[in-house]
Amino acid sequence: MESFKPYTARYAVLPVENIDTDQIIPARFLKTTSKVGLGEILFSDWRYNDDGTPNPSFVVNKPEYQGVEVLVAGNNFGCGSSREHAPWALQGFGFKAVLSTYFADIFRNNSLKNGLLPIIISEETYQKLVSADAEAAGEVEISVDLATQTVTLPDGEKVHFPIEPFAKYCVLNGVDQLGFLVSADDDLTTYESAHAARVNTAGLV
Amino acid sequence: MTTAPQTLFEKIWNRHIVRPETSETPAVLYVDLHLVHEVTSPQAFTELRERGLKVRRPNQTVATMDHSTPTTPRGRDGIIPVPDAQAQAQLTQLETNCRDFGIPLFALGTENQGIVHVIGPEQGLTQPGMTIVCGDSHTSTHGAFGALAFGIGTSEVGHVLATQCLLQSRPKTMEVRINGTLRPGVGAKDIILAIIAQIGIGGGTGYVFEYTGSAIRGLSMEERMTICNMSIEGGARAGLIAPDQVTFEYIKGRPRAPQGAAWDVALADWQTLVTDRGATYDATIELDADNLAPMITYGTNPGMGIPITGTIPTRNDMTDEQSKAGLEKALKYMDLSEGQSLIGKAVDVVFIGSCTNSRITDLRQAASLMVGRTVNPKVRVMVVPGSAQVKKQAEAEGLDKIFIAAGAEWREAGCSMCIAMNGDQLKPGQYAVSTSNRNFEGRQGKGGRTFLASPLTAAATAISGVISDPRDIR
Repeated sequence: MESFKPYTARYAVLPVENIDTDQIIPARFLKTTSKVGLGEILFSDWRYNDDGTPNPSFVVNKPEYQGVEVLVAGNNFGCGSSREHAPWALQGFGFKAVLSTYFADIFRNNSLKNGLLPIIISEETYQKLVSADAEAAGEVEISVDLATQTVTLPDGEKVHFPIEPFAKYCVLNGVDQLGFLVSADDDLTTYESAHAARVNTAGLV
Repeated sequence: MTTAPQTLFEKIWNRHIVRPETSETPAVLYVDLHLVHEVTSPQAFTELRERGLKVRRPNQTVATMDHSTPTTPRGRDGIIPVPDAQAQAQLTQLETNCRDFGIPLFALGTENQGIVHVIGPEQGLTQPGMTIVCGDSHTSTHGAFGALAFGIGTSEVGHVLATQCLLQSRPKTMEVRINGTLRPGVGAKDIILAIIAQIGIGGGTGYVFEYTGSAIRGLSMEERMTICNMSIEGGARAGLIAPDQVTFEYIKGRPRAPQGAAWDVALADWQTLVTDRGATYDATIELDADNLAPMITYGTNPGMGIPITGTIPTRNDMTDEQSKAGLEKALKYMDLSEGQSLIGKAVDVVFIGSCTNSRITDLRQAASLMVGRTVNPKVRVMVVPGSAQVKKQAEAEGLDKIFIAAGAEWREAGCSMCIAMNGDQLKPGQYAVSTSNRNFEGRQGKGGRTFLASPLTAAATAISGVISDPRDIR
């Protein structure tokens, strides 16, 4: 995972609440064994017509939204299945952050593990971003700085967003969490020597 | 010294802390049992290989094939054919990974294979007080045994494979109290659909549910699993039910349950796994089972549910603009109208199966309505047992003959049309009554439209061909 650098980017708005991970990447695409190429099927059922051609009315297919790097979405983004293919697809498409008033737990965890920032914003901020986009589709920009946990809105206002200290540290420094867990090995060995395994799967077929 | 009263959740959580949570770092939490399947694990094994890591506790890990597997009949050779090359590659990859890392595997076509959340309890692997994880959001199912069980992503699958641990911040607790007694024709699925309709699909985010109350105590283990299974559809990663005599009787004698003296030790411990008098939850909600009717969803998320005797809400029932827009979008996709009644609505498919409702008691319920009747010839009715063992049991009881005589398809075990990865899917525009857990757009096939309901409601609908209240069939 790369370390985080502050950036300024254009954004697209998907003003739909409860966007579940089946919409982000439908299950029929989960037969892959890699993380590569999932950006092309992001939002597949909304983004493409039945014949496979791009749906011209879907936001990221519009010319003015080409190259956007931030997604602003309705409340409770990422609910449903635990598939990590959802953040992989968003990143594969080129998104660096998703802004919503609320994220589902597992999606939020999965995103942070990959350096895709799930940024929680207030309803007021959400409405400001929707309005700014409505006035100048695909042209307005926001800036994201993780160190100070701020998003700078198109009108220059800075808003603060919450993130757990550990997740922030990991994304900021490009540190992956597996390394941290592996480093807890002493404590783990102590725990295991004091607690017998509660189940044994050996020999099950 | 007396300890402060604790919730069931706190007791399990505290037992599994390898390194406590600090203001800077989450807790390192020990995982007792890791369940693995073909869809969310390949990239995690790749990660282990790239880093030269081993699986720390292969004997606390078990794998199955369920999501992308066909449920079509076996060939003459007894083998279930896998015509989809990509699915076959994924299954082969799981076999390779399990062999290379020493993980036991229930392979396709073997006698104990099945849906990951059906086989854990079936084998006696799921036990009270454990922590159980799987790269699948419906891992909450195992909470029915008083185990802290939740879904994780593929990065975390890698974490658990390598270290048997997870980094976790402590969630909040919510008591979900179901008072009263269920009426005939109303079951566990109706309880959980009613709860989710009440709190919404994000209402439980950040919480672990503990289901309590007289209606919960009256349920079988299979019914309790149905309820805990859909905790995630209310936003909660986990749902718990304190173990009791029903739990212990279910576990006793299963292949990996404690035996002999170990059973007595385990039982004494399990009996302490209750929320202490005086312990407090962060939130409490209640539902009255006495007045509950069979539930059915009308929209495109599991929170869009109504009593089957009711009508679809109108825009005026919604308090905010996003919800109004959400209702409009859902009804457009479903081609339904505000204020409409669903009873009498024709359907194309009835699906009885999934980790929510594919266990033996679910199949018995469906069969109880189908026996001596035939399904409407316009409806395709699929009955998909949750595991090879459920299938065997159902066949021993003659349920397969009831389904087949009624005109339903009796298939091999797997996730099937719940996730529609394996070719079992709706055609665009088709309507299905499904006993599964998600009615998201396209979930059961691109353009397909799903009504979630109980096995009884599904069976009643199969017979009449239109959405029907199972109490009217009786």
